[in-house]
Amino acid sequence: MSMAVSAAWGMAKDRACALSLRLVRSPDRSYGEVMVVSNGTGQRSRALRSSVLLHAVMAVSGLIMVLFLLAHMYGNLKIFEGRQAFDGYSEYLREVGEPLLPRTGVLWIIRVVLLISVLVHIYAAFTLWHRSRAATAGAGGWRYETTKNRRGVQRSYASFTMRWGGVVVGLFVIYHLLHLSADYVAPGGASSSPYQRMVNGFSIWWVVLSYVIALIALGFHLRHGVWSAFASLGGNSSVARRRGLNQLATVVALLILVGFLIPPLVIFAGWVR
Amino acid sequence: MNVTLRLWRQHDQDAAGRMVSYGVDGISADMSFLEMLDVLNEQLTAAGDDPVAFDNDCREGICGMCSLVINGIAHGPEGRTASCQLYMRHFHDGDTIDIEPWRSPSFPILRDLIVDRSAFDRIIQAGGYISAPTGAAPDAAAMLVPKKDADRAFDAAICIGCGACVAACPNGSAMLFTGAKATHLGALPQGQIERNSRALAMGNQHDAEGFGGCTEIGECTAVCPVGIPLDMISRLNGDVLSALRHNST
Repeated sequence: MSMAVSAAWGMAKDRACALSLRLVRSPDRSYGEVMVVSNGTGQRSRALRSSVLLHAVMAVSGLIMVLFLLAHMYGNLKIFEGRQAFDGYSEYLREVGEPLLPRTGVLWIIRVVLLISVLVHIYAAFTLWHRSRAATAGAGGWRYETTKNRRGVQRSYASFTMRWGGVVVGLFVIYHLLHLSADYVAPGGASSSPYQRMVNGFSIWWVVLSYVIALIALGFHLRHGVWSAFASLGGNSSVARRRGLNQLATVVALLILVGFLIPPLVIFAGWVR
Repeated sequence: MNVTLRLWRQHDQDAAGRMVSYGVDGISADMSFLEMLDVLNEQLTAAGDDPVAFDNDCREGICGMCSLVINGIAHGPEGRTASCQLYMRHFHDGDTIDIEPWRSPSFPILRDLIVDRSAFDRIIQAGGYISAPTGAAPDAAAMLVPKKDADRAFDAAICIGCGACVAACPNGSAMLFTGAKATHLGALPQGQIERNSRALAMGNQHDAEGFGGCTEIGECTAVCPVGIPLDMISRLNGDVLSALRHNST
């Protein structure tokens, strides 16, 4: 084993490895240039702006939002326990953590984490969208002259609606916050009781319809999003794991879709009033 | 059988291209797709026209030169088949077949159906190697390789670098190629020393060439003539993230 490689084993620093290798090679060897390409300075800072890292950022922020959605869905199902339990749970979310934290302290921590996640997710999405357009001359999967097989060979509906589907979900979140959180948009009448706000809103057919459409868009987004989040973080390690992660994504998407659809539908049906 | 070809003609890199129709008669179902193009070129040459330029070399599915998008699918309708291994029996008499080059701004069209894939060479140059001492051949049993790792490396090493993954990807990403080339070396003990720097360098070169990011759609694996699995991409993602965490470069 040459001096260079034993030095590299000892130091385990790739830049040191490149340096020592360059020392033992004669300068006229073309290999020298190759080493400079691979071990030049700035690889690390360039990697911090890479598509791989942006996808990882997207994955982590997305998974944080999925965890929130699961908790949010669980809270919504308390509608079946009645007005007192539902409004009490809402009050509990404001009190939890007292007196260590001020009132609504936990709620604000969650809000800030979610806001950062949303903003980071959107930033990464638009940056990657821009790069993807640049890499396909702005035409994506439709860059061929032929009109045959434009939907590709095996891509799913969920996978090619991620970007516009995400925009739909984002607009829905704004509408939803103005409606049930801020009580600013109040079809059916405003109320200080969260339970009453839900009952008032979901007694109107078009409110229910708008939520159903948005939740289906969210379901598709999660079907591809959950799977691709794990794959982007390096979790897709085999063909079997690819299948397993896709099944997990289907389960999460269906769970969230059905779990969120139940309260509006039972209210509209008049079973909860 | 007789077929009508609509194919991309472009005189050089700077010229505007367009789809041109040609009828080809007397095709045998046993001909390969490229032999059918040879027949077309004989017709064109006999008529005094320019033959259609297309890349090809071994014509047995291992060199990675052939690169045709046939009816909108890279390497055509048969799975795990390079364009050269596609036979005319998969088409019908009277078919109209659309043939285009790989389309990616990172693969400029040189002429007709030929694209410049040197972006792939530069990704390999950035880190697709191991630094090994020269000298006498090492003892074959000096470094033991577990069967599982050898199989994994081989699954990655069969990538022929044709670029169909880029041609099929809605994001114009070359992550399947880059992932296969990084995994091929990173799965073996000899490739461990440079595993982190390789992941960063090849990933960075991939982006610098203008390829898009991977959104895990999987169109690339569906058209790959040698069946490189999608987990090669996830492996590269993991290696890049691991390199960033361990501050190794």
